[in-house]
Amino acid sequence: MNDFIPAPIAQLPWKTILLLLVMASFGFVVLYSAAGGSLTPWAGLHMIRFLVFLSMAIVFSRLKENFWKAIAFPVYIVVVIMLLGVELIGAVGGGSQRWLNLGFIRIQPSELMKPAIILAVARFYDLLPAGQIRTWGAIWPLLMLIAFPCALILLQPDLGTTITVVAGAMTVAFLAGLPMRLFIGGAAAVAVIAPIAFFFGLEEYQQRRVTTFLNPENDPLGAGYHISQSKIAIGSGGIFGKGFLNGTQSHLDYLPEGHTDFVFATMAEEWGLMGGVAVLAGFFLLFRWGLGVSMRAKTRFSQLAAAGLSTTIFFYVAINLMMVMGLAPVVGIPLPFLSHGGSSMMTIMICIGILMAIDRHPGRRSGTFG
Amino acid sequence: MSITGGKTISGAVQALTFSRRATIIGGLQASIGVLLAGRMAYISVAENERYQLLSESNRVNLTLVPPRRGWLIDRNGKPIANNKTDFRVDLIPDRIRDKGKTVATLAQLLSLEPEEIERINKELQQASSFQPVQVATGLDWESFAAVSVRLPDLPGVSPRQGFSRFYPTGAAVGHLVGYVGIASAEDFKANPDPILVTPGYKIGKDGLEKTFEDRLQGKPGAKRVEVTARGKIVRELDSRPDIPGKALQLTLDIDLQEYAARRLGPESGSVVVMDCKTGDILAMTSMPSFDPNSFSDGIGQTEYGMLRDDDHVPLRDKSLKGLFPPGSTIKPMVGLAFLEAGLSPDDSVNCNGGLRVGNRRFRCWNRRGHGRVDMAKGIYQSCDVYFYHFAQKIGMNPIALMANRLGLGQEFPLPVTNQFYGTVPDPQWKMKKFDRAWQAFDTVNATIGQGYMLTNPLQLAVMSARIATGKKLMPNLLLNEKRKPAETLNIDPEHMAYIHEAMSQVVNGAGTARRARLPLDDVKLAGKTGTAQVVNLDFGRGGKDVAWKFRDHGLFVSFAPVDNPRYAAAVVIEHGGGSGAAYPVARDVMTFLYDKEKAMNILSDLEKSWGGTIAERMDKQMTAYRAKVAIEKAIAEGRITPEGAVATGEAPNAEMGQ
Repeated sequence: MNDFIPAPIAQLPWKTILLLLVMASFGFVVLYSAAGGSLTPWAGLHMIRFLVFLSMAIVFSRLKENFWKAIAFPVYIVVVIMLLGVELIGAVGGGSQRWLNLGFIRIQPSELMKPAIILAVARFYDLLPAGQIRTWGAIWPLLMLIAFPCALILLQPDLGTTITVVAGAMTVAFLAGLPMRLFIGGAAAVAVIAPIAFFFGLEEYQQRRVTTFLNPENDPLGAGYHISQSKIAIGSGGIFGKGFLNGTQSHLDYLPEGHTDFVFATMAEEWGLMGGVAVLAGFFLLFRWGLGVSMRAKTRFSQLAAAGLSTTIFFYVAINLMMVMGLAPVVGIPLPFLSHGGSSMMTIMICIGILMAIDRHPGRRSGTFG
Repeated sequence: MSITGGKTISGAVQALTFSRRATIIGGLQASIGVLLAGRMAYISVAENERYQLLSESNRVNLTLVPPRRGWLIDRNGKPIANNKTDFRVDLIPDRIRDKGKTVATLAQLLSLEPEEIERINKELQQASSFQPVQVATGLDWESFAAVSVRLPDLPGVSPRQGFSRFYPTGAAVGHLVGYVGIASAEDFKANPDPILVTPGYKIGKDGLEKTFEDRLQGKPGAKRVEVTARGKIVRELDSRPDIPGKALQLTLDIDLQEYAARRLGPESGSVVVMDCKTGDILAMTSMPSFDPNSFSDGIGQTEYGMLRDDDHVPLRDKSLKGLFPPGSTIKPMVGLAFLEAGLSPDDSVNCNGGLRVGNRRFRCWNRRGHGRVDMAKGIYQSCDVYFYHFAQKIGMNPIALMANRLGLGQEFPLPVTNQFYGTVPDPQWKMKKFDRAWQAFDTVNATIGQGYMLTNPLQLAVMSARIATGKKLMPNLLLNEKRKPAETLNIDPEHMAYIHEAMSQVVNGAGTARRARLPLDDVKLAGKTGTAQVVNLDFGRGGKDVAWKFRDHGLFVSFAPVDNPRYAAAVVIEHGGGSGAAYPVARDVMTFLYDKEKAMNILSDLEKSWGGTIAERMDKQMTAYRAKVAIEKAIAEGRITPEGAVATGEAPNAEMGQ
């Protein structure tokens, strides 16, 4: 680095910031087109939010590991209380809602739970003595940590977020070294329980989403409409797409939620397979960086938290893209950096901010031979 | 407590486990990435064509433009049926989200009558999902625009600017021309052409509209438009204009047709006028009738109910499907048969008011008798006894043969949907039909146009024209159609002259229809009256003093001018109470052919006494019927008692009876 650039600025993770900036800008371009070539109502706000949350992430990146360790459990508890608050307001107000209105901002606590559970589980395995990792003592607290928030989120009901929260926590547990056979057994158990849960555990609208996902053409104007129209948008885009501002599926309103959950279809219609590959490449670089951060981290908490946060973002991307391509049922999960929506962008940028903090402070290996 | 069999884990081992498992996670993530890239490539490359097609069919909406129907014009080129520009609104049932709300919104925007709303709801229930249901036609621009701007909130509503069928003379041509309507589900099944379910597209449902459907239909135009998911049109891509159907020129004189219809007034009856040179049908009316305009717009339940319940059967074409005993109108024809069989016109019989045939006495209409009666007097005084007497001598077969030669019992090659051609009875027919031998009283009955004898008004007009000309004139409806000239009937001109003179005496001499004399100096009418009994002779004469449905039919056949016949006409007044109801109509219709002004003056006086023109009277009848239905409904629902209803219910009934 030369001396013209002040040290604090030179020290910023420019590569990562550039990657995020490119992806969010592409989101800006897609949202600009989705609005029929207009900054309002989505594209402008999207970029402003991104820049605000990017600043927040850069502030986060200055905070050291000890800070994150210290707030892991308190944050978790606060978010559980907020989830409870949402339920109580819903019960009193007579109608379910997912957000808390704090006056200046509407917060969706279930979104905040995604990073919060990662930090809490990572902190738990950090505290757990290495020798106990293969005991019951390593399992029941994990289950408790998962059970409280998930029960509350399922009550909302929000299946997509529940899955992300559970999967995030399980990923951290997996990386922490819980016995492999628990996961294999667990996968087998899910295979058995899933059909039962489908018939007895899911709301009717959730069941319908699953059945129409399996066969969207059966109900092209009803619940299968989203998936059908999304595939039409992606498929009709071809290799090079219909061109910027030329998407018909999105501009003529055939594609529902073209600016939020189905933004990828809006993009693919105009930019084709090339655009899709570019977006996937961007996410590949992001996750390579995220896992790289966790591999380079020296402390156990840093390792687990970084891998968990990176995987949480991955779940957004994977579930969303599988949904828009007809490989998963329609669950309301947005695509990071491209979908319009404040809550999810805040969550993702919180994850990014903590990842950048860990990247900046990999920590020192302590107690090597505990 | 350990669950791993006592293996102790150190921090170093834990770090190793972490990096191994992180690699697994990374690998899983990468493979999902590859899966997604593969899936996307499959959709956008391998299935690209299919999805491109689907995307296009989303985006582009092919709208068919219903073709303008060919006009029907009369012999002078005046329109009988044409098209008027029309703003209309239809509903496409399978695109509607909320039926109740949509109909309610439309009802409010277009201020629809409750009855219309009822019809729309009923049709919405019955219609197949793709069949358009008509909401309203003939809208003004403001209402049309009011619906158009709300389209995004009203899926399934289709406002269009198009053409609708218009019949300037309304009810006067109802039966002959028929009407148009929306294609039925059966039509669409037989011919699944999308034009059939395009809003605003109508096909001929009855009459000439149906017979000449292929010619009148035309070819639809098409418009490709880009539409949003909610059906809003973004822009027009390209369009092809429609090819209008070909016009059809009829032999009718629409002014005469309308005059005849109006002149029938409140009576139930038919007027048929033919051109004696060509056989062209100049007028063929049947009243009361329906207004084909309201049928073509989708008739309301109440209006249809009124037409159906009316004892004057406005839904039946009496000219072609009304069968009446011809009564004495066939006497000139019977006279011709007698002459041809060799009877001298001077042979006479004494009429004392009746004649015993077998064990029953057949009365002459004139109970006091006609005295000495020869053939001429038999015709102009319409003496029944003369015909009773000589018919028994000559026998039924020559009479039946002559009847058939002159057109009775015949079906004519006309482009109409249906003709009832009646009966000319003879011994073979009776044996075949009833397995009974022909009796003298059968001949006696038939010879005065009673008994089994049944004819439709068109046949009576043809008979008049053939008697007038001695030619086998065929009625026709299409002008300038290629035809062979009419053959001669080979009737002795002396016989014809004799009969013509007798028929002239009916009107211009000492006959039964002296009031039928034309109010013209140079044109003389020849004719023959007929009064056909509906109930048994013993009941007495069915004049105006008995209930309508027991009254005699009044008939009159005629031609003019006597010396050089140009026009022939038949008038039948169902339950008119006698021929006196029929010949004034024939007189005025014939007058109209020569002096329109004079005829119109007579008519306008008459219409004042009847309570207005056809349309005005139909409107009044409709209002009264609506009130009656409303009261009946209220009684049925228990909202008012029958006793209470009498006071209010009687008023509209009284009006109806006028």
